[in-house]
Amino acid sequence: MSRKILLEHDDVPGIETFDVYRKHGGYRSVEKALKTMSPQNVVEEVQKSGLRGRGGAGFPTGMKWSFLAKPEGVPRYLLCNADESEPGTFKDRYLMEKIPHRLIEGMIVSSYALGANTSYIYIRGEYMWILDILEKAIAEAYANGFLGKNILGSGFDLDLRVAPGGGAYICGEETALIESLEGKRGNPRLKPPFPAVKGLWGCPTVVNNVESIAAVVPIVNDGGDEYAKIGLGKSTGTKLISASGNLVRPGVYEIEMGITVEEFIYGDQYCRGIANNKKLKACIPGGSSVPILPAHLVTKTAEGTDRLMTYESLAEGGFASGSMLGSGGFIVFDEDQCIVRNTWTFARFYAHESCGQCSPCREGTGWMEKVLNRLEHGQGTLEDIDLLAEINKKIEGNTICPLGDAAAWPVAAAIRHFREEFEWHVTHPEESQKRNYGLVLPKSTLV
Amino acid sequence: MSLKIIHQERQEFSAERMAEVQALIAQYPEGKHKSALMRILHMAEEDFGGWLSVETMNYVAEILNIQAIEVYEVATFYTMFNLEPTGKYVFEVCRTGPCMLVGSDNIIAYLEEKLEVKMGGTTADGMFTLKTAECLGACGYGPMLQCGKQYHEHLTKDRIDEIIASYRSGVVPKEIAR
Ligand SMILES: Cc1cc2nc3c(=O)[nH]c(=O)nc-3n(C[C@H](O)[C@H](O)[C@H](O)COP(=O)(O)O)c2cc1C
Ligand code: SF4
Ligand code: FES
Repeated sequence: MSRKILLEHDDVPGIETFDVYRKHGGYRSVEKALKTMSPQNVVEEVQKSGLRGRGGAGFPTGMKWSFLAKPEGVPRYLLCNADESEPGTFKDRYLMEKIPHRLIEGMIVSSYALGANTSYIYIRGEYMWILDILEKAIAEAYANGFLGKNILGSGFDLDLRVAPGGGAYICGEETALIESLEGKRGNPRLKPPFPAVKGLWGCPTVVNNVESIAAVVPIVNDGGDEYAKIGLGKSTGTKLISASGNLVRPGVYEIEMGITVEEFIYGDQYCRGIANNKKLKACIPGGSSVPILPAHLVTKTAEGTDRLMTYESLAEGGFASGSMLGSGGFIVFDEDQCIVRNTWTFARFYAHESCGQCSPCREGTGWMEKVLNRLEHGQGTLEDIDLLAEINKKIEGNTICPLGDAAAWPVAAAIRHFREEFEWHVTHPEESQKRNYGLVLPKSTLV
Repeated sequence: MSLKIIHQERQEFSAERMAEVQALIAQYPEGKHKSALMRILHMAEEDFGGWLSVETMNYVAEILNIQAIEVYEVATFYTMFNLEPTGKYVFEVCRTGPCMLVGSDNIIAYLEEKLEVKMGGTTADGMFTLKTAECLGACGYGPMLQCGKQYHEHLTKDRIDEIIASYRSGVVPKEIAR
């Protein structure tokens, strides 16, 4: 069942304006929290809700909030991560573009819970037009007394600002984001200290994804227990899934966690199947950093049970036969697509985006890109395939931030499931060079 | 990206723009004004012809009262900043996995053919610079390209013809609303 909680009223004309948003129940959570709840109450509701971070790692939001250090006389900061650069992910954009006030409302309530009086939304530089949308909405919130000094007479002050990045995927990593917000290069910091203790300008800081912060609104409105009833098991609530690739209807969908992958791909309410009457070949369910699944492991697990859209079910089978929900960047491949080429484009992406601080990541991602480039263009050898696995092992666990792993694991998964295809490129050098990829545009893109 | 030393006559923000810059700096706590750097660099690109010369970077350093090297460090790290002159319009075509699956390779080939320029180059009339980009967060609406603040999505050959014609006549083509 499609269930709109975050994207409620996204189809109402003018919902991006304060007045229309307010008329449709907007900013109720701010009234409720500031007038009837203590900050600690809000944290407790978020803990009860079971909400897990929507940026990719799925770490429980309430628990993260409870780790925030609260030394006397030191400001605390809430940073919203709107860097959204993981290939396949474009959900935060949709929410901010359509319902900017939903994020602002979430920022107010969350800042109140954390005792932050200045909060920032860090948005990827390419989304500059969304920065304009957000700033316009923020100005409206100030004008209506929901931001600024003494909000609704509660004594709570909050300033909310937006800051742009400059085109660097790594700034989605929370400590790189903090560096960038300080006006520096986006080099991730060594942890500890964690941001909860020393973050922005050395002060205690929480970094949360756009969708996580937006989800705090219904949690405060309806209570954490109610929210926890939505979804399945430890995957509570709804999740925004951004679907791309060879689908009849790609786009952003809000789903109740627990629906089957089958329904999501083929259901009328969702993607409506594979474009051009082709067959499903593979799927990357959670953004480019998670393992690819071959068709037979997409809708069913290795055990033969239905694969569900939950953190647990998508991970079932571990690295051998499972994947991850990640950021919800759901990428679908039809039968004509080349796994080697795709793996190469992702390796190129990571090589391009490595910040260069750690040599295993800087050299390893560049090396993987070169080897995959060779293989894709029919100039590779069978040893190259094993070499890729070797490089993988050298990167894994040897770096400051997880980008190195994020680059290495998907390559390992592609080889694990599609080894014959890599070998085909070696044994058929001419054909693999001649193949004209992506010649057919799916109907859905021919609007 | 490494720093290229390309000069340009020094330009300064208009009084109006300078007021905007100062307001931005005032948003940050005492002594943390360096946080405004990235935004100011975006503004400088917008106002000074789409790229950052050494003179521009030095000027921004003066405004923020920081070392010029601190500006160079940032300008060279973030790929959105152009450190050399570009065409009037820069087309950045996404070529990452999801866009590739729906035909970005063809779009890249068509743009090269149509504009008679290779990726990375600028057309002879100085109108268009063609570049590739990594995932721009429009994966479900690919193939796509970015030009300034505008995303152009669901690209087809016909659509590209329209977009180019529109820019040539000085009008930023509107996107179909979703
Ligand atoms: C290389 C890298 C890129 C990341 N990119 C993003 C991103 O674009 N958006 C995001 O919300 N989180 C991203 N993350 C995760 C953040 O570091 C952080 O865990 C997240 O913002 C926490 O928010 P959440 O708990 O609400 O999910 C990235 C992590 C890494 C290692
Ligand atoms: S793992 Fe890569 S991206 Fe992360 S800090 Fe090291 S070099 Fe930079
Ligand atoms: S892959 Fe092209 S926008 Fe994401």
